[in-house]
Amino acid sequence: MGKTFVRPEALAQQVTHYCPGCTHGVIHRLVAEVIDELGIRGRTVGIAPVGCAVLAYNYFTFDFQEAAHGRAPAMATGMKRVRPDLMVFTYQGDGDLASIGMGEIIHAANRGEKFTTIFVNNAVYGMTGGQMAPTTMPGQRTTTSPFGRNTEDVGMPIKIAELLAALQTPGYIVRQAVLKPKYIVKAKKAIKQAFQYQLEGKCFSLVEIVSTCPTNWGLTPVESIKWAEENMLPYYKLGEYKTPEDV
Amino acid sequence: MAKILMKGNEAIAEAAIRSGCLNYFAYPITPQSEVAEYLARRMPEVGGVFLQGESEVAVSYMIFGASAAGARVFTTSSSPGISLMSEGLSYMAGAQCPAVFVNIMRGGPGLGGILPSQADYFQATKSIGHGDFRMLVMAPASVQEAVEMMMDAFPLAEKYRNPVMILGDGLIGQMMEPVEFPDSLKKDPLNNDSWATSGMDTRKSTQRNLVKSLFLDPEALNNNNLILKAKYEKMKQDDVRFEDYNTDTSYKALIVSYGTMSRVCHTAIDTMKAQGIEVGMVRPQTLFPFPEDRVREAAHVSHCNVVASIEMSMGQMVEDIERCVQGRKPVKWFGKCGGDVPTPEEVVDFIHTLL
Repeated sequence: MGKTFVRPEALAQQVTHYCPGCTHGVIHRLVAEVIDELGIRGRTVGIAPVGCAVLAYNYFTFDFQEAAHGRAPAMATGMKRVRPDLMVFTYQGDGDLASIGMGEIIHAANRGEKFTTIFVNNAVYGMTGGQMAPTTMPGQRTTTSPFGRNTEDVGMPIKIAELLAALQTPGYIVRQAVLKPKYIVKAKKAIKQAFQYQLEGKCFSLVEIVSTCPTNWGLTPVESIKWAEENMLPYYKLGEYKTPEDV
Repeated sequence: MAKILMKGNEAIAEAAIRSGCLNYFAYPITPQSEVAEYLARRMPEVGGVFLQGESEVAVSYMIFGASAAGARVFTTSSSPGISLMSEGLSYMAGAQCPAVFVNIMRGGPGLGGILPSQADYFQATKSIGHGDFRMLVMAPASVQEAVEMMMDAFPLAEKYRNPVMILGDGLIGQMMEPVEFPDSLKKDPLNNDSWATSGMDTRKSTQRNLVKSLFLDPEALNNNNLILKAKYEKMKQDDVRFEDYNTDTSYKALIVSYGTMSRVCHTAIDTMKAQGIEVGMVRPQTLFPFPEDRVREAAHVSHCNVVASIEMSMGQMVEDIERCVQGRKPVKWFGKCGGDVPTPEEVVDFIHTLL
């Protein structure tokens, strides 16, 4: 009897730099599994963001580029325009995509660039040490909102999936989570669908993934999952926001 | 091929295509928007890529992404836009990605003006972005030379795996001149299988490539910077370009001038020759690497009493000239930086004050 759970070929054998309980590892694995299942490793190029996942390329076994903060969608645009045969994805956090890179992601989505974005939303800046992000929840304490996010002062958290789904250009925009196996199964399905749309040359695709950051939330991994389910999921509702079939 | 009359910006665009560069990303800005307007029509004819980006910041990363994938690619902009591209240029230099950036300079600082200037000399030659890096910078003095420099720029960028800048003042982009394109120019980019993220299947390789500028280990970062430094030293050895004018005489004054300004100086030198006064000129065609040896040698001859930096900036090139002259002759500056090009008469008057 063969092994039923093995490391995907697209995933490198590496000791992780991510914190205990961080969900990046799960998302990396889902991306790698999808790449293996579609048999596209040799024609895939990933683009790493600035943030915790800047070192994402250490965990994959295919070509990778490293972007500046927020600029991954512009790099993906350049690459995909000159090499439409490549499978290109950006892997970005909420500070990277929803703050400094907002211009790049909106215009890439609006042009209908044929690449895929994996958008990891854990409501906080991770790499720089837990500062407030555009996606930080109302009242959530961070190192730059020590008394909790004051929405009178800095507005409400940005819902990226809803924002991008409002564009008139066809696209595949979906939000899933990796908090528990029942969510993880759906997240993988969404990632695979996004890559399939790209393979067909159909549309821009973005999979927002509600994730956790135990270290910067000051919670244990188990408490983090509970906190995300209770606080994030009612606001960041899971589901498909747009498919290319929508008009 | 016969000569045709062409606007500088359009000639630069056509020169890129003739150089085998079929990928262009840009954002409109005066005085170089004609490049994008020309290529929006022309790229589809040759099966190339034209895309108007949402900002110069984004464009610089479109260039980075395309270059990192192994494609020959270029963009054009003007001073304020180049400032916005400076972030991408730093990342590209760090990650060793080639591309050609054209700056058709306008006056500054800030919004400045839209008329010709050479105000971005420091920015282009010293430090266009953060970190320890340089670019090879070529400064054309005519539309024909802009075409020739464009054609050399792509192979040079690929030779050094580094961005190359064509630094033209607004007149180079805006004026029309007869121009001749060499025949059969199209060449493929140098083989980049060893580094480009072109997809492992394309390279028939099992080794993945990584394009990055992050080196958290201090020794690794230092090593990367040593690699970059070695390239800049090689540029100084291999790719310095300049042109002499009237330096086979016993010139009393030496002008150092580049771009459109150097053409005005040609006329001024001819005028003074008719008056019985010999003035020589060294025209840097590359601003980095600067023609250090030639400027030093030309300034140090015994009959030369003074060196003049004549430029459409507030004297940004003076420091480079002083570095070469090493205090042995006075170095003076004349120029304007509001959009007016100094006239030959003004240059003649200025040289007279030095003699």
